[in-house]
Amino acid sequence: MKRCLVVDDSSVIRKVARRVLEELDFEIIEAEDGQKALDQCFEDMPEAILLDWNMPVMDGLEFLMQLRSSKNGDKPKVIFCTTENDISHIAQAVQAGADEYIMKPFDREILENKFHEVGLI
Amino acid sequence: MSIDSRDFEYLRDFLMKSSGLVVKPEKEYLLKSRLEPLVRSKGMASISELVSKMKAPSARDLQNTVTDAMTTNESLFFRDKSPFEHLDDIMLPYLLEARKTRRKVRIWCAASSTGQEPYSVAMSLKEQAVKVAGWNFEIIGTDISKTVLAKASAGEYTQFEVQRGLPIKLLLKYFTQKGENWVLNEDIRKMVKYQEGNLLESFSNIGKFDIVFCRNVLIYFDLDTKRQVLEKIAKQMDPDSYLLLGAAETVMGVCDKFESVKGARGLYKMK
Ligand SMILES: C[S@@+](CC[C@H](N)C(=O)[O-])C[C@H]1O[C@@H](n2cnc3c(N)ncnc32)[C@H](O)[C@@H]1O
Repeated sequence: MKRCLVVDDSSVIRKVARRVLEELDFEIIEAEDGQKALDQCFEDMPEAILLDWNMPVMDGLEFLMQLRSSKNGDKPKVIFCTTENDISHIAQAVQAGADEYIMKPFDREILENKFHEVGLI
Repeated sequence: MSIDSRDFEYLRDFLMKSSGLVVKPEKEYLLKSRLEPLVRSKGMASISELVSKMKAPSARDLQNTVTDAMTTNESLFFRDKSPFEHLDDIMLPYLLEARKTRRKVRIWCAASSTGQEPYSVAMSLKEQAVKVAGWNFEIIGTDISKTVLAKASAGEYTQFEVQRGLPIKLLLKYFTQKGENWVLNEDIRKMVKYQEGNLLESFSNIGKFDIVFCRNVLIYFDLDTKRQVLEKIAKQMDPDSYLLLGAAETVMGVCDKFESVKGARGLYKMK
């Protein structure tokens, strides 16, 4: 079973994502900010990361840059999932190593589509 | 309230004749759910009133609106992915060799709806710019519905639509943000020409094509209509041209002019 780390400071979003992704046969781990997510990755690198942008302590972009420059940090597929919907944010994320990008609000179909796009399903 | 049986028969026959759409008796709810909003927006009292107005001599526009409301226009970018992989891996390599003296390839998206399919073709070609440099590609999208053609020409999509099938890198590369929406850049838009075209009518003045996409429209037709459409399409193709059908469609048992390309789902050549 593939594991997906869901990083979002909103427990509601984490729950929604968990519900959809569990149906797609992922094992879910949750983190509420970038620092906790990074700790989790160093302990045990997941195959997929669904990543919010704005979070306390460490935001998603900072997390991604640190992840990509650490050992095995190039392995997980990272999909941003954020309300930052403008082209400059998207460009920044892609440049920092995001594989895909979901603009909130999203639905089940978009989530599934993007996981398909990066080859996780 | 259910639809009066004579009104149902009239609508069923009308849709069959105007677009090929088959409405089975058990799909009466579809007529209701799609026509009732139209009835209300036109300030009419009932589907019966709509039907009687459709019978008037100058009801052409109203009839088109009804056809429009009843056809399914759903589309997405790079739908099913594999047709576009076939384009890169099978069709282009073959055609770049087979058409090298005239250096021209014509592609037809029959039933192109809101444009996602022809634009996906255009973006795929753009991604191969080096290989196809010096070649002339003509992409034509046709559809029965003026409404979807207008949307296709505008090339403007909602945030929801650009997140269905379109890789984020292509969004960045080929679209510009406009408020909440996303507009395809002009260099992609101008690669595609749109025109009105009903698959039930003759399309002999449209010329011959090297690739024909006819996807997710035959499913709405009955067997006879499917066969007639495929035979007419065959006449617009050269002996070595390609045909692509949707994931739920096949030529098997429908039309014997085509055979499937081995190992390539949904891809056909003429026998
Ligand atoms: C579901 S869409 C398919 C769009 C696209 N080919 C795809 O696969 O995503 C079907 C389209 O067929 C069009 N259509 C239905 N009947 C037609 C006919 N008789 N002639 C031409 N187009 C027709 C509809 O207007 C609609 O836009």
